[in-house]
Amino acid sequence: MAATFQGLGAAAALSLSGSFDPNRLHLPCRRSLSVTRLSFVVRLEERIVSGSNLPPRRAQQLVSKAVATKADAASASTASKPGHELLLFEALREGLEEEMDRDPQVCVMGEDVGHYGGSYKVTKGLADKFGDLRVLDTPIAENAFTGMGIGAAMTGLRPVVEGMNMGFLLLAFNQISNNCGMLHYTSGGQFKIPIVIRGPGGVGRQLGAEHSQRLESYFQSIPGIQMVACSTPYNAKGLMKAAIRSENPVILFEHVLLYNLKERIPDEEYVLNLEEAEMVRPGEHITILTYSRMRYHVMQAAKTLVNKGYDPEVIDIRSLKPFDLYTIGNSVKKTHRVLIVEECMRTGGIGASLTAAITENFHDYLDAPIMCLSSQDVPTPYAGTLENWTVVQPAQIVTAVEQLCQ
Amino acid sequence: MDLSRLTSSSRRLHLLVNPFAAAAAHSRRPISTDTSPITVETSAPFTAHNCDEPSRSVETTPQELVSFFRDMALMRRMEIAADSLYKGKMIRGFCHLYDGQEAVAVGMEAGITKKDCIITAYRDHCTFLGRGGTLLEVFAELMGRQGGCSKGKGGSMHFYKKESGFYGGHGIVGAQVPLGCGLAFAQKYLKDETVTFALYGDGAANQGQLFEALNISCLWQLPAILVCENNHYGMGTAEWRAAKSPAYYKRGDYAPGLKVDGMDALAVKQACKFAKEYALKNGPIILEMDTYRYHGHSMSDPGSTYRTRDEITGVRQVRDPIERIRKLLLGLDLASEKELKDMEKEVRKEVDEAISQAKESQLPDPSELFTNVYSKGYGVEAYGPDRKEVRSVLP
Repeated sequence: MAATFQGLGAAAALSLSGSFDPNRLHLPCRRSLSVTRLSFVVRLEERIVSGSNLPPRRAQQLVSKAVATKADAASASTASKPGHELLLFEALREGLEEEMDRDPQVCVMGEDVGHYGGSYKVTKGLADKFGDLRVLDTPIAENAFTGMGIGAAMTGLRPVVEGMNMGFLLLAFNQISNNCGMLHYTSGGQFKIPIVIRGPGGVGRQLGAEHSQRLESYFQSIPGIQMVACSTPYNAKGLMKAAIRSENPVILFEHVLLYNLKERIPDEEYVLNLEEAEMVRPGEHITILTYSRMRYHVMQAAKTLVNKGYDPEVIDIRSLKPFDLYTIGNSVKKTHRVLIVEECMRTGGIGASLTAAITENFHDYLDAPIMCLSSQDVPTPYAGTLENWTVVQPAQIVTAVEQLCQ
Repeated sequence: MDLSRLTSSSRRLHLLVNPFAAAAAHSRRPISTDTSPITVETSAPFTAHNCDEPSRSVETTPQELVSFFRDMALMRRMEIAADSLYKGKMIRGFCHLYDGQEAVAVGMEAGITKKDCIITAYRDHCTFLGRGGTLLEVFAELMGRQGGCSKGKGGSMHFYKKESGFYGGHGIVGAQVPLGCGLAFAQKYLKDETVTFALYGDGAANQGQLFEALNISCLWQLPAILVCENNHYGMGTAEWRAAKSPAYYKRGDYAPGLKVDGMDALAVKQACKFAKEYALKNGPIILEMDTYRYHGHSMSDPGSTYRTRDEITGVRQVRDPIERIRKLLLGLDLASEKELKDMEKEVRKEVDEAISQAKESQLPDPSELFTNVYSKGYGVEAYGPDRKEVRSVLP
């Protein structure tokens, strides 16, 4: 695998000078998402639930299936479409606000979430609306306030703990691993920990090594927690709501560069399933599994691939723990080739676990070895060009698909 | 028992006895259920930091004193029995025994209600018992059986009892203090008018997360009471070698503190009552319980490499909590020697019965490996690749 990847790197480097446009590789922060969704056909199984007659805390009953309702094709006019447009951080805020309205036991704690409004504005305005006891500004003491959130959750409160950057939660690793993940088990089921731990992670724009960490790989072996990664405003709001309603501790991974994505989301209340993957683009030739920001790199590569005649199936796995092996398995059975594109490190990342899971379960259906494109095993450098090279770029994805589909 | 020989041994002693009931006392002692108040002085004064110390006179009743004796004897007997079970390899892993420190558990219970929360570290057998746990649950859990309080899946360091506000039972030193402050936060949030006692040891007192949690609790004025059970040794390291400032009750700095003789159950009761009132009004307070453990840190520690046997026997002779209550009961003529000895024999029998019952309890079923990982039971009923709720089977 490593040799192949080196080859890819070299191939990409060769094609770099020609067709590589660094500006186009960065995430389109301000572009409307409807433009990138030209070729989507989506499944429309969604059960919309109204807020009033919801049974308390039964996440299973509120679950809606799969993907967003979208009018097909990119239509330029937005006026006639249902729903409202907003940015991803606003979608998170809407989800949080709705849940706080609905259940008085939901509270938010984190650094600068209250009066400051949140360092990424996710909690802006909430402190004014709900007061200081529900939106709590903590001092810079991650270990302590994560522990306090878990202690509060043991009594039945539903705290949402925000790490200003996911990397800071490493300081609270003991609390997350030992207390959050394990208390339900070691107490024989007496305590439930309905906590949500969320925060932005991932490689940003030249933020430096310590602020560009991907913690999914560190948390993934903690038994007892669920991990989800959001990638669009639609799934951000839905996953936030589902995470708050879940009885299990959920870690919601957001990405620093995705906060300003704009999308139109439904006006009605909806909750997404925490364990389901999202079918972004159905296809026939190859299954590309991805999550979070890499979804956009994959979709960009998909445009090139479609022009070259390939038909990739793109799945945003969303649920990092546990994996939605049902959706993934069905896709593998159809296409027989798998490419995993992730932002985690090469060693011990989500891709590594996913490769193992797919190989164990679907080995017979594979026509080619699973290829996994991940970030390089290096601390993220500050220099822009080097930083681009640590993460997977669309050109590399195209090369990988071509290689797999030979 | 001849009640005519009442002597008042201290100047602050009052005793009310019903002479008629006493006369008919040949079959059942009336005083053990007597709830008329007595006032007893604590053995040592309280030392306070940034607050007023409570009075040394403790209100109690004969019934309470007898129950102190019985509960402490039960705890002592349970810990000794656990010692022999461990040596007989029925208990494995880590086993941290609490004998010597029983007064803290018993005194604290007397000063609070079951709605208040207690959270402690791994030396939790007696605290669990004090909170209403049964001997069977203790021994079954220690032996890893289904009848245990955590269904055999927690072990010695993970005893919990949610209904009586006992939140464990934590293995990582110091991690329970932020949890305890979180419990206090929930109590304030839900306006319960109850408090949380977060217990930790002198070794854990040097953990940073304690000060972080104390800072947040003081800022938000949470009803959290941090109790340092100072048994003077953090595993093998004496407190003067681990802490630059071993005055743990003062280390809260801006938070008030109180130093208490932890071998005197009445002093502990008084301090806890005082702390509860204080915390509900003003926010966190630190209690330092000056106590001692006779066993080593855990069963794998002989306990004599870092301290002398003379020290241990010295403390046992002078400060033992059960002996103190025994002397008090005898001195106040609330019980006779024989009755107390009988009580101890009863307790011993209770413990032996509980052990034999626990030995009969089943080991957990293999399917229990996967239950309670998630609260919807993922693992036993997981979403497998075919989207049906499948059972996970062991290889």
